[in-house]
Formats: sequence, structure tokens, C-alpha cells
Amino acid sequence: MTRLTDRFAALKAENRAALIPFIVAGDPDHATTFDILKGLPEAGADIIELGMPFSDPSADGPAIEKAAGRALKAGASMVRTLDLVRDFRKGDITTPIVLMGYFNPIMAYGIDAFVKDAVNAGADGLIIVDLPPEEDAELREPATAAGLSVIRLATPTSTDARLATILDGASGFVYYVSVAGVTGQKSAASTDIAAAVARIRAQSDLPVAVGFGIRTPEQAAEVAAHADAAVVGSAIVSRIEAGLDAAGKPEDGLVREVLGFVSGLKAGVARGRKP
Amino acid sequence: MADAPNSYRTGPDERGHFGQFGGRYVSETLMPLLLDLEKEYARAKEDPAFLAELAELNRVYIGRPSPLYYAERLTEHLGGAKVYFKREELNHTGAHKINHAIGQVLLAKRMGKTRVIAETGAGQHGVATATVAARFGLECTVFMGAVDIERQKPNVFRMKLLGAEVQPVTSGSATLKDAMNEALRNWVTNVHDTFYIIGTVAGPHPYPMMVRDFQSIIGIETREQIMEAEGRLPDRLVACVGGGSNAMGLFHPFLDEPTVAMDAVEAAGHGVDTDQHAASITGGTPGVLHGNRTYLLQTPDGQIAEAHSISAGLDYPGIGPEHVWLHEAGRVNYVSATDDEALAAFRLTAELEGIIPALESSHAIAHIIRIAPDLPKDHVIVLNLSGRGDKDIFTVAKALGADIA
Repeated sequence: MTRLTDRFAALKAENRAALIPFIVAGDPDHATTFDILKGLPEAGADIIELGMPFSDPSADGPAIEKAAGRALKAGASMVRTLDLVRDFRKGDITTPIVLMGYFNPIMAYGIDAFVKDAVNAGADGLIIVDLPPEEDAELREPATAAGLSVIRLATPTSTDARLATILDGASGFVYYVSVAGVTGQKSAASTDIAAAVARIRAQSDLPVAVGFGIRTPEQAAEVAAHADAAVVGSAIVSRIEAGLDAAGKPEDGLVREVLGFVSGLKAGVARGRKP
Repeated sequence: MADAPNSYRTGPDERGHFGQFGGRYVSETLMPLLLDLEKEYARAKEDPAFLAELAELNRVYIGRPSPLYYAERLTEHLGGAKVYFKREELNHTGAHKINHAIGQVLLAKRMGKTRVIAETGAGQHGVATATVAARFGLECTVFMGAVDIERQKPNVFRMKLLGAEVQPVTSGSATLKDAMNEALRNWVTNVHDTFYIIGTVAGPHPYPMMVRDFQSIIGIETREQIMEAEGRLPDRLVACVGGGSNAMGLFHPFLDEPTVAMDAVEAAGHGVDTDQHAASITGGTPGVLHGNRTYLLQTPDGQIAEAHSISAGLDYPGIGPEHVWLHEAGRVNYVSATDDEALAAFRLTAELEGIIPALESSHAIAHIIRIAPDLPKDHVIVLNLSGRGDKDIFTVAKALGADIA
């Protein structure tokens, strides 16, 4: 068993959906990310998605692109991202962490070295946005062998035949991108989400997480009614941005404000399921 | 080159790879569309009606074939090899970009798309896309870095006259790579009705192959024309490379001719030993960006570096994957020319030949100025004059200290 499967099994036993908050490593600076990261489990994170900053995040919307820019400007790097995971593990050995990002920084790090260091740091899964099934073998094979789940994405443009390709070799969970678009722009209708989740479940036993466009506790509740997890990224990252002063430094209370927002989302997720 | 392949012209493989380069490194949302496009392109290539329409548009709309011109005074001035110019700058809209824009808009039409988008650096590809969108009645948005909008005002105005919306991109370095990010984002959001007309031999498969095929008309015509002019194949082909579409178009039909040498000229900006250049092969390392694996200008941590060239059209931190493959195979020789060398070549060509070349093409000319004097007089060089320099006169004036604004 892995931290991810353990966590989803526990959630299922309690008939709960997971809240998966997303933040970018090093946004707005290393220390602030760590403070948020440490506080996320208590605020309601069942799983944490940690972004690995990239200079050219072509599948992300403006909020996450800016967050990556802030992080890089403040000195973020792959090494420091893994440091965050390692330091987080000193105080929490149960909350799964999934690293999300693009392939180029991993190539630059070296695939084998990255897999080894990510596992040793305490990461549990990878979401690499620009590695579709056709191209992911060179990372997926060593990662899976080392116990890192490679989470695949399904989208509204995925046909049934395409879903079969995606699900063959997927592990951890399936990330359903609920709208055709970049992060943080628009929201899918609840009925569309229900239908998509059902379509994936018909082909796979993996848990289904839904992301893109979830901004409020109400939307989180709707998603939790159908899916195994709700992923919230841009809305949280925008809260971080809103808590910066004119010089880009975190204002007092930023961490508390962000964690408070996550608690609200958690309450939404909890309302989404009948007890 | 001990294990040279039987043919350099068979790539990519069925997964879109040229050796380890190329591929489809895109978000899952785009995969079904790329798979559809690949199928549709394969059908179109076999469809006589499609090929006939393309050929007729090439003839009456673009003005093909473009002439092959013996640059007599430049040749005399250099005192060595004979220099020919393949006159792609005489094409409708002033550059080779129209060749692939026409091909792609015909595909967009076949696929029932009502809107096209494009990214542009110097504006030549944006103008070509806006032109074909107008010609076929499709809605058109062109993404362009805010920095490039400032240095390419005439082309921005032309795109607007043609009915396109020019969307300024302010993220990152606000140049071509960021325009491409923004175009990809817009495409992901509008996959149902939008066709992305990519402006070079880069991006996810099938684009590098498709753009190359549409551009290969340059090399096919050159072959016939040089046979007529010289009774034999050229000794050397020379073209500038940013993404590499004009070079690939000239080179591809000759790749299996062992007697034809090929030099591709990257933009060295202030010098490849500085951090102010755009020479991805000379000064880059393998990586993945914009849907393909290729050579990139990047930091040791895998963050993409900003490119620099006096030519906005070459100012891109990557290069088409087939070029990288040809480089590693040793088939094409990749060299570079600086901003200053390009400017000198720009002026020399204007003064000696009465032709104002694009700053992009001026890099290729700069290479010829370096090598031609030492080559024998019967050595035949064909240079791809990929675009005209009207768009660049403001940049050049500024570099020369003249005030024409």
C-alpha cells in the first residue's frame, strides 16, 4: 500500500471525498510555502498537490503562471521543491503529496535522479502536464518501479477509446480536467462532471479527482457529490497573490488567510456527501 | 557519420519522433485534436483535389514559382563562389511563411474549423495567417509578444488591416516563446472550433512534418531551377534558422544528395559566448518545450532562457526537432552570425543587389560573406532569401542611428 491508496481507502470507508489543495513551491517565497504546506492537513487537505515551478507553463492560466514566476524570482528550484517535501515529512508521514509540473525541469534534473530524490524526499505521485500517455514511458516506468504514482489526466475531449489509452498504465488516481481550457478560467456544470466521472468509473477502479474551475465551497460540494476528490488550485493561489504587499512580500496573516480559505473549501467538500 | 541512414527524408516515425526529438508533449486536452489532425493531413496528402487546390493557390495567389536569381554583383564582390538567391521574399506577403499558412488554412477548412490562431515574432507568420484567414473567411487571432509589437509596428498594422485581432502577450519575455504559450492556452480553451496555424517546423507532431512538407516547395523548385541554370545540383545550400521552416523547406528535397552541403545559420545576437543570443543548436541543450523535444536555451535547472536577436523572427529559444536530428546526424552544418554581421550583410545586399533582405535572411547572407571568398569560382551556393526587409527598416534605422519614425 502507498500513502495515496491508504488515503483513498480511508476516505471511501468514511464515505468522504478528498480535498486536494494546490500551491506552487516557493510562492511567494520558500518560507511562506513551507508555512502553508505545514498547515494544510489541519486546514482540511487530504492530499496536497505541490507545483514545481516552470518558466513556460503553457497549460496553466494566469494565476498559476504568475505564481510560478514569483517562485522562480524568489529562487525556487527543483532541489528546493524537494527540500519542502522532505521538511514537510519530518512532521507528517501520512498526508500524500503529489508533485505537479512540466517535463523540462525533470529532464534537466535527470529522470533517474529525480525519481530517486522525489521518493526519498517523501513524494507520492507525479502529474506531468505535458507528458501524455504516448510520451510518458521514460518517466512512468522508473517512477512506478520506485513507488511513485503517475497520475494521468482525462479531459472533456477524451473519447472512450482515448480513455482506454489513458487508463491503461495510470496509477494513484485519475485527474479529470473538467473543462477544455487552462487552469482557473471557467467551471464545468455539475451534470457534466457526474457524467464524466461515471464514464471513467465504467472503465477503471481508480479514484477520480476533478479539477479546474473549482473556486468556492459550493462548487467543491458539487464536485464532492460525484467525484472522489476535488482539486482546487487557482483560487488558492489567487489568495496568496492577494496577500502580498506592493513589493511582493507576504503581508501579516497571509498564511492564516490562505489556510482559512482551505478550511472553507473543506467544509464544502464535506457537505457534498450525505452522511 | 559512420552509420548514416539510407535516407534522411523518411522522418518522423509514426509517433512523430526524429530520433529522440520531436514527439507530442502537450496537455491531454490537445491529444485528440492532434490525432485527428494527423489523420486528416494524411488523407489530404493523398487527395488530388486538395493537392490541386494547393498548387493553384501557390501559382495564382502566392505567385509561385519564386525565381532563382544569380546575384552577380555580390558574387563579384566576394570574389569566390557563385551565389544564387531563391527569391522567397517575392511571395505574396513578403516571406516564405505564406507557403505553410495556405496549406494549413486548407486543412482548417477541411476539418470544419471556423477560427484560426497563430503566434508571431517578426509578424511575417502573423501577416501570412491573417491573409489566408481573410481569403477564406475565417476568424483570426494572432498572439504577439508586447516587445515584438513595439518593434514590428508595420506588420501589426497589416494584420489589423487584414481583419485579424492582434493579442498582445505580456508574460515572460513578451516575445515569440510567450506568444506561443498564449496561443497554446487559447487553443486548449477553444479546441472545438479553432485551428492553430503554427509558424515553423516546431510544436507537437504532426506540425514539424506538415510545415516542412508545405515548405518543401522551395527546395523542389530550386532543384529544377538550378538544373536549368547550371546543369547540375548546387554545391551548397544556405538558410537562416530560428524555428527553421525556410531552411527545412530548402534542404529537405536535397537531404539525400551527398554532394550537396548545407549550412544553417543561427542568430548569434551579441555572440554565442554571451547570454544574448538565439542559437539553440550552437548554444543550447536538449529539452522539452511547446510540444516537442528539441534543443533549447535553458538554465541548468530547466527553466527556459530568453533569446536575443536583432531579428524578431529568429528570437526564439528553441528550434525544430528535425533540425536537431540533422545536426546530430552530421547532415546539416549549424553555424551562427551575430547582429552586427547580419546588419552588415543587410546593407551590402541592398547596395550591391538592390534587394533589401529581411534581417532573418541577412544572417544567412552574413555566412556567405564569410565563406564565399575562399571557395572556388565554380562552387555554386543557393541562399534562401526567406523574406524581404521592409518590415525591418525601423530596427535597422535605429541600429544605424538614423531617425525615420
